[in-house]
Amino acid sequence: MQWARGMNALTFSRRRFLGVGAGTMAAMAATQADSVFRGYGAHAGVHDPCTDGRVVRTVCELCFWKCGIQAHVLRNHVTKIQGSPLHPLSLGRLCPRGTGGGGLAHDPDRLVRPLVRVGPRGSERFEAVSWEVALGTIAEKLEVIRRRHGPEAVAMFNHGAGASWFKHLFRAWGTNNIAAPSFAQCRGPRDVAFDLTFGAEPGSPETLDIAASDCLVLIGSHLGENMHNTQVQEFADFVAKGGDLIVVDPRFSVAASKARTWLPIRPGTDTALLLAWIHVLITEGRYQREYIERYAQGFDELARHVAPFTPEWAAAETSLDPELIRSTARRMGAAAPAALVHPGRHATWYGADDTQRSRAIAILDALLGAWGHRGGIFVPAGMRLAPYPTPPYPSARPAADRRPGEAPFALEPIAQGLRRATLDSDPYPVKAWFVYGTNLIQSLPQKAETIRAIQSLDLLVAVDVIPAEIVGYADVVLPEASYLERYDDLIGLSWRRGAVALRQPAIPPLGDSKPGWWIAKKLGERLGLGAYFPWRDIDDYLEERCRRSNLDLATLKRDGVIVGPERASTVEEGLALSFHTPSAKIELSSERLRERGFDALPVYRRPADPPAGFFRLLYGRAPAQTFGRTANNRQLGELTHGDRLWLNASAAARLGVRNGDRVRMINQDGARSEPVAVKVTQRIRADCVFLPHGWGHTARGLRYARGKGVDDGDMITRVDVDPVMGGTGMRGNFVSIEREG
Amino acid sequence: MRRVMIIDESRCVGCEACVLACKNENDVPEGMYRDWVTQEARGTFPELSLSIRSERCNHCQDAPCVTNCPTGASHYRGDGTVQINRALCTGCRACIAACPYGARFVHPDGYVDKCTLCVHRLDRGQGTACEEVCPTQAIAVGDADDPTSEVARRMRRASLYVLQPEAATRPNVAYVR
Repeated sequence: MQWARGMNALTFSRRRFLGVGAGTMAAMAATQADSVFRGYGAHAGVHDPCTDGRVVRTVCELCFWKCGIQAHVLRNHVTKIQGSPLHPLSLGRLCPRGTGGGGLAHDPDRLVRPLVRVGPRGSERFEAVSWEVALGTIAEKLEVIRRRHGPEAVAMFNHGAGASWFKHLFRAWGTNNIAAPSFAQCRGPRDVAFDLTFGAEPGSPETLDIAASDCLVLIGSHLGENMHNTQVQEFADFVAKGGDLIVVDPRFSVAASKARTWLPIRPGTDTALLLAWIHVLITEGRYQREYIERYAQGFDELARHVAPFTPEWAAAETSLDPELIRSTARRMGAAAPAALVHPGRHATWYGADDTQRSRAIAILDALLGAWGHRGGIFVPAGMRLAPYPTPPYPSARPAADRRPGEAPFALEPIAQGLRRATLDSDPYPVKAWFVYGTNLIQSLPQKAETIRAIQSLDLLVAVDVIPAEIVGYADVVLPEASYLERYDDLIGLSWRRGAVALRQPAIPPLGDSKPGWWIAKKLGERLGLGAYFPWRDIDDYLEERCRRSNLDLATLKRDGVIVGPERASTVEEGLALSFHTPSAKIELSSERLRERGFDALPVYRRPADPPAGFFRLLYGRAPAQTFGRTANNRQLGELTHGDRLWLNASAAARLGVRNGDRVRMINQDGARSEPVAVKVTQRIRADCVFLPHGWGHTARGLRYARGKGVDDGDMITRVDVDPVMGGTGMRGNFVSIEREG
Repeated sequence: MRRVMIIDESRCVGCEACVLACKNENDVPEGMYRDWVTQEARGTFPELSLSIRSERCNHCQDAPCVTNCPTGASHYRGDGTVQINRALCTGCRACIAACPYGARFVHPDGYVDKCTLCVHRLDRGQGTACEEVCPTQAIAVGDADDPTSEVARRMRRASLYVLQPEAATRPNVAYVR
């Protein structure tokens, strides 16, 4: 058989469900949800569709922001989802993806039975088996791998809050090869740069005091197209109060359209602009002098370093007006310390330059006094969460992702490094991948390498909700209950006030899918790791953790969140600043980088220009999509797909391409894309094209997403690795455009 | 009481959460919409502007759909909103032809459907689904006759405008920039 499907093939539309549903259930539901007219007298015809069901307060999983939500449930169907008014990240409001979460839970393509592969890897041919057989098969193969190669021959890749059970399982098993593409393929450079500079990361969610800021600078961050709920809420307040918004982007993004100044920069030259801004702030004395004297070290070296980087110098690199570079720096300085250069999130752009570019942002934020000030970057409060006691983890060999001396500042194992070690067994063999919630075929660049590594494995296990591409390569597929159907571990939030949130089921698991906590415990017991899973069930686990953390589980279940006490998060509120760097100061110049042979201060390196006839390929977000995870969501499919390739209007005219035409991209290495529709627009420079990320699915099981749009990953055959932390810069790829006959 | 919706374009980021919240709240069939978002870019690179609007039935005070409805199904509710009585609607589409805003469609069950301004929610003291979900608070609904309301505050702004003023429909849905 092919993909096992749910017995209740619930589609996203209740109406259609009612139409095709079987017998009594449909009839009962129809009474409930159809044609309810309330007493409106002369104005009959006001129809109440009755979508207000039983409300469950839980935590969203449509992206990593983890907003609190209210799921309305009628007869085991999630009819609608709202932002929880009690949760500090949603404040009663929600983005489109979270609103469409029911489209994930009720996806007719859901994985609902454990599967064992029967065809070659990647053939997507499976046989449905019992959990007994699935877990037994995995345990048996893992034991063989342990005997032959040791426990560290198992690598675990993950994304999302639900991964905690499996991280625990594999630490107990004895491997350090636990990686998330969210580091080396996404926010890693930024986290490392802020850690090197301030001794702390900007956090997730980023602790940005946007609403209180007077000047906000976005470097490629397209708030509003990436819909991080709280941040977009604050962004709208900032815009509404007339805050000074400066947007640097080769594309006229939604955020750029709201800016006082849009700087359509030549892609890849951001560091030049940042150095020039630093130059202006320092040479004109517009930085926060007292703050720098008190909290920072390395200022004199910085001042000498940036002396040559005048706006005129930067203008030649960035293609921007030097006077505009100067005046925007002055505006930041005037607003400081209530001024903020957004640290960004997806920062793996150009490889060699990425940590250094993020360092330049951090230095600029330091000169503006942003860290710790109102309207800048606030210092969050957390809440103490005691663990459920389990035995200590066994000691394990260092992760295989890096060779000695490689990427010394990586804060987490590097996902593509584990792929490399799988292929060359250096420093030791990696023979099994356990993949939770991340579609490695799309989330790692250089797809062919990933598939080659997979074909060399002794075991590939995928835990997922939908049959993404990675699932098609797995030997054993474990169907997880969706986020609306399961408990997860307590979710801590570091924010203005700390908080703890609970993900809890609104509806029962579909088919034979199981929650992650159950899967990890059952597999752990089969692997002889039962001592690491001493809890009877999830209630026992949560009760005990709450008891030890002084939290009331009943309150958590009722409200979905418990918010901690008020605490000062800025200097204005009485916070005393401290910095967890070696010098206990903000490190403008970084001795740590210097010691390892890197530039102690950011150096600009000019990026390669696109060859004649080529465009630089940029990619980013569309508001209704998160990575490739949402493309099969039929509710979100009702919104603007954003799966078109943006092409500048004059470039399009030169190529004879009209709006809506289908084209193929051919990259510098000859890789050809599937056909994609073009959005001809004035809203982008003529030297680059822009493709929203997350489309181009090929998995047969994703019946809805398959064939829609193209995957930017197919064009990312070249990757420049950041030597500081191992990030994969993915914007060094160029494409030419060929019209489809 | 005159219920109005005033949408602040400057806040809107075009995320379409309003579209999905409406579809879920009102069980709007696949491929049909009671509200939608338009984006219109003007100018030539790099001198550009972008207008983003969440649009829907304008709940006109001089509503061509009501005038043209042969059965009285389309009617003024008396609270500023325009409603359709499904029991009276024959699906003849006269209102669809008359509406200058393209706000109406024929529901698969045979009647004409459109935004109700979520009066089933407003009557319970809730906001409209689109208003409540909106992460940027671009959408405000309230009583134009109450000078202390958010909508009244927005209506005092100089940038207040309505869609297709030449149609002289006197909409109760309006925009500020």
